[in-house]
Amino acid sequence: MTMKMTTRLARGAALSTAAILLATSANAQTLTFFTGNDQAVVAYSEAVAEAFEAANPGVTVEVEVGPGGTERDNMVKSRLATGTMSDVFVYNAGSLFQAINPMQTTVDLSNEPWQDSILESFKQTVTAQDGTVRGAPFGMAMGGGVLYNKPIYEELGLEVPMTWDQFMSNNQAVADAGYVPVIQTYGDTWTSQLFVLADYFNVQAAEPDFAERYTNNEAKYATSEAAMAGFQYLEDVNEAGYLNEDYGAATLADGLRMVATGEGAHYPMLTFALGTIGQNYPDNLNDVGFFAIPGDSPDVNGATIWMPTGLYVASEGPNVELAKQFVAFAASPEIACDLQMEVAPVTGPFLVAGCELPEDVPAGVADMQPYFEADGRTAPALEFLSPIKGPNLENLTVEVGSGIRPAAEAAELYDEDVRKQAQQLGLEGW
Amino acid sequence: MTTVALDTPKATSTPKALRKDLRYPSWFYLPAGTIYFILFLVPTVASLYFSLTRWTLFNSTFIGLENFQQFFREPFLFQSLINTVIFAVITSGAKVVLGLLLAVLLTSNIALRGFLRSVVFFPVLVSVIGVGITFTVLMHPTQGLINTSLEAIGIDGPGWLTDPRLALFSVALVDIWRGVGLATVIYMAGIVSIPQDYYEASRIDGARPIQQFFLITVPLVRPAMVTVIILSFIGGLRLFDLVWAMTRGGPGFASDVMASVIYKQYQAGFYGLSTAGNVVLFMLIACLAVPLAIFLNRREVNQ
Repeated sequence: MTMKMTTRLARGAALSTAAILLATSANAQTLTFFTGNDQAVVAYSEAVAEAFEAANPGVTVEVEVGPGGTERDNMVKSRLATGTMSDVFVYNAGSLFQAINPMQTTVDLSNEPWQDSILESFKQTVTAQDGTVRGAPFGMAMGGGVLYNKPIYEELGLEVPMTWDQFMSNNQAVADAGYVPVIQTYGDTWTSQLFVLADYFNVQAAEPDFAERYTNNEAKYATSEAAMAGFQYLEDVNEAGYLNEDYGAATLADGLRMVATGEGAHYPMLTFALGTIGQNYPDNLNDVGFFAIPGDSPDVNGATIWMPTGLYVASEGPNVELAKQFVAFAASPEIACDLQMEVAPVTGPFLVAGCELPEDVPAGVADMQPYFEADGRTAPALEFLSPIKGPNLENLTVEVGSGIRPAAEAAELYDEDVRKQAQQLGLEGW
Repeated sequence: MTTVALDTPKATSTPKALRKDLRYPSWFYLPAGTIYFILFLVPTVASLYFSLTRWTLFNSTFIGLENFQQFFREPFLFQSLINTVIFAVITSGAKVVLGLLLAVLLTSNIALRGFLRSVVFFPVLVSVIGVGITFTVLMHPTQGLINTSLEAIGIDGPGWLTDPRLALFSVALVDIWRGVGLATVIYMAGIVSIPQDYYEASRIDGARPIQQFFLITVPLVRPAMVTVIILSFIGGLRLFDLVWAMTRGGPGFASDVMASVIYKQYQAGFYGLSTAGNVVLFMLIACLAVPLAIFLNRREVNQ
């Protein structure tokens, strides 16, 4: 608020000075840019804004930092619906993108020349129901799985688990050594969903058509053994007493501290968090490794992949043309690859063709490479394959992870939640 | 809400009376009437309509009473109704009793009376969100001041806000702390207005202090008590800010009240469902508070 006030004052002062001097400030334009609240994202957003201002004299980019999680969903939807969204905004791709009614609220970017260099796998996740592409990638792809503390693994002579049973016996060894086996942070409720969402590789390995049948109201979490497993995992780690003592109140920042500094061994998380670790605990960045959520068999083991957030142009903004230029600028290799690597730690592969990962990536990212290099060892998360994601998942997973509700019951309630969301989206067959 | 309830006996005769002695020319009522129509009547009627639709803010589909069905079918939505009533009863009950005791203390001849009166009232002045955040920190299960203090004297403190059985009561405790000041002030006004003659007369008749309290103070402070009960009960039913600042209805849905559930539905983009929730909340408050107000006021008249 204060910052906004000062810039507004400064701008007012600048304008009056300009008027007095009769300077030609007629082409001065201000572009508003609504971004995420993660430290690494904010740093990158500000760097992009600065570079854009330098390349376009007379243009000012105002970076607005919004909240995360469901607060963000709420804010983005309300601002879009009331026509008060910033000119350019950052928001999730996939099912959350579908929920903002993109055909009405965002500008069609299908025919922009830079789209040629964007990978098809990303474009699909920002394509509206009418087949038009509405966004550019803003960030890097992420893996969803378990971040683990390498020094603890070395000390106890553990190996990366390839099955859930191995994971649980590793947990026992970690607990015996006096460390926290599994870190959970329900102070930030969304972090509780990883066991379920990042298990999707194993779901689609068991049921390749799950996403389609789920979207068509045929497959359900409660009745699919493979899909239920994620909920069951949460129940298992809680029942075994493997969680950190303050799991109910700890936040994402606490969880990252614990896994980086070796207070805890495993933290189910997305690899974008490596960026935050790199900023807060640079000395510990290479102590943090990554492995996929293990399934039943050591032969079927792969990572669930998240697309980066998208950069969209709000359809009701006053500066649509300038906003399009900004998106084109941010999607260019000079910015999306070079500047991003300079400002933010690398957390996963790029979605812009021609971007190469550097040699010295953080250990956690290096651990992701084998999954990408082998065939059939990655799968997109369900939210990128289906437009439906129930909004209450994070509350249900908190309940299962806290031992309030059994896994089977939570899965049933989640199916109900999914039904509500599908009806709200107006999908056929619900 | 309160005034409506309190005015009910008069309300039936109001229109006639109004027409008879219309004190001002009718255009004089126009500005207020327009504001009332646009800002109060239209939204109320619109929300009744939208509660019967599936609404995306862009378009709406009429679905009848399905939103209400949904509201009562989902276990955590129904649980929130029960939580709301529990919360309102506990907090208003505690404020009624504690407020009276504090008011008696603070109207007696104790030292530093003015200072102590303001201390009791201070929490009322602090922002609710600020109070919520402060207590969230104090009630942290491992690093919070409350549990570290308990640990120092050898007690293993519970997870005030993370234990699903305790979360709602912890929030209620904080609400009592910050709301009791207002109740005390209302009671003090009531107690001060009781004529001293009654106490003197009873003292001559040999009444003990405890008899004075139950036979003089309590009956005569009744109007103040009615105000405290109704204000704090309605306040408890519609409480949102404190729950949101402290637990967001969690862990899971353990401390969800109606208002937080409605907000969550709105957050998730279920605009029709959340509007239906508001209608349910309105009904709930009306169904509990209006009879309560009528009951309390009738007893007052009978005396």
